[in-house]
Amino acid sequence: MPDNKDKAQITSSGLKRRWLIPLIFLPFLTSLWVPSYNRIEPTLSGIPFFYWYQMVWIGISAVLTIFVYLATNNKEEE
Amino acid sequence: MQWTATYVFAALFVFVTVMGFAAARWRAGDLNHINEWGLGGQRFGTIVTWFLLGGDLYTAYTFIAVPAAVFTIGALGFFAVPYTILVYPMVFVIFPRMWAVARKHGFVTASDFVKGRYGHSGLALAVALTGIVATMPYIALQLVGLETVIGALGFDTHGAMGHMPLIIAFLILAAFTYSSGLRAPAMIAIVKDLLIYITVIAAIVIIPAQLGGWATIFAAVPPEKVTLPTPPADSLGTWSAYVTLAFGSAFALFLYPHSMTGVLSASSGKVIRRNAAILPAYSLVLALLALLGYMAYASGVATKPEFAEGFAKYGANFAVPALFIDQFQGWFVGIAFAAIGIGALVPAAIMSIAIANLYTRNIYKEYLKSDCTAADEARVAKLVSLVAKAGALVFVLALDTKLAIQLQLLGGIWIIQTLPAVFFGLYTRWLDPRALLVGWAVGICTGTWMAYTLNFKSSTYPLELFGYTMPGYAAFYTVILNIIISVILTIVLRAVAKREHGDMTVASDYA
Repeated sequence: MPDNKDKAQITSSGLKRRWLIPLIFLPFLTSLWVPSYNRIEPTLSGIPFFYWYQMVWIGISAVLTIFVYLATNNKEEE
Repeated sequence: MQWTATYVFAALFVFVTVMGFAAARWRAGDLNHINEWGLGGQRFGTIVTWFLLGGDLYTAYTFIAVPAAVFTIGALGFFAVPYTILVYPMVFVIFPRMWAVARKHGFVTASDFVKGRYGHSGLALAVALTGIVATMPYIALQLVGLETVIGALGFDTHGAMGHMPLIIAFLILAAFTYSSGLRAPAMIAIVKDLLIYITVIAAIVIIPAQLGGWATIFAAVPPEKVTLPTPPADSLGTWSAYVTLAFGSAFALFLYPHSMTGVLSASSGKVIRRNAAILPAYSLVLALLALLGYMAYASGVATKPEFAEGFAKYGANFAVPALFIDQFQGWFVGIAFAAIGIGALVPAAIMSIAIANLYTRNIYKEYLKSDCTAADEARVAKLVSLVAKAGALVFVLALDTKLAIQLQLLGGIWIIQTLPAVFFGLYTRWLDPRALLVGWAVGICTGTWMAYTLNFKSSTYPLELFGYTMPGYAAFYTVILNIIISVILTIVLRAVAKREHGDMTVASDYA
């Protein structure tokens, strides 16, 4: 249990640049639009588009999250 | 009998058993306190949390069932990939709040939070019971995953003697969970995750080369399975099914008690946000594993006589074990199977701990013995973790595996009904607890009815609206219904009744 004084500090600091957070929800939009990725061509070393495209989004999503984490992170927290 | 594989498998099992017991001394705390036993003292940093959550969420059953789904139904089974992509933005935003308020008030479970936030015991009990009931079949499925690889090693898993390996694995699991609590799966998860990464990297490098490349693999798959079939004019067909399965599963995942336990054991909100950024590494592993389903297809294991018995016993779940035996050398089969087998122990341990936390905090202490001491609490939790696992074992041994799969399918539909109370509750106290309870009940009943109309074989319900069919995940549809009812009833209750319920939290607790 942290004491209440610590807690108050965390509350007062919070996250910076909160407006960047919606960025990480971009995959919610892209995955909704099935026709945009439901096809075979272009293949990537034999893997149909449907599969490699969605795997690329794992990477994009992680990079976006790392970016938003770094941009919003308040060093005083913790 | 795969002897080399069996020796390697057994050796790795012995190794993690020793680790499991040694874990009690790791960053030692007073294990007679439920916060220490059931949440590891809430001291896990970024790396341990990463291993723990990775080991917790990507279960043995996932590693067997996702490729099995791709093997049988093709592209639709790949929904697991968008599902795991959608999970982490929610973790990033929602769970640092949950962590903060839980830390402030000493909450150990979602039901603790609901009780504190809404001051309504009925709603808190509903959340606790849903968690327990939804998780039980999930533990059983971990044992199903374990049984599949034990069977693939060549053991006859039927009959009294055939059950011995599973019972031994279960006893090991039960003993170290009892003595070390959450520290045991956290430590074992490190071994399990490393084994999984090694296995997947090896599989992705070796198997496509042996099968003649990716183009050859996909050429072997019937074209209608490679992408989602274009829907007929009056329906969204598999498209809406794919999307709602991904969204619904993503919303449901972190409502499961074992996810909550994993997240709350982190040492800060920052650790949780960092993990939202680095956990997708496991999603990549899952995506590659899903593709193993097609490799199994292309390798033709389903028609090879040496695997006929395995497929007859375990169905499509046997596809990946058969592929490994077919493509890997004996010793590496042992490593791959140990990754899956140990992968069953980690989530099973965390799930049983989560059930124990729920029972002890929200049923035992609440209704049976309100004056129980901290030591009592920890003692009851340890015992319940044994009962939960024994229940799952009896389930797998005595009942049909199909029943466990069907109940797990229902579990997803049930657990998502706690979303309005838990997730919305983190942001607003506007919703009335009585309205939430009615919404929960309607969601559970409608969802169960939808599954019933599908003979419990599928969770994709063909919803018809204005003459247009939208097949979709029953959990997704019913939680929307639940939310609508909760909102409307809250408005009605605000108008006619004035009774206020307490809220022990304040806005600053959430940051």
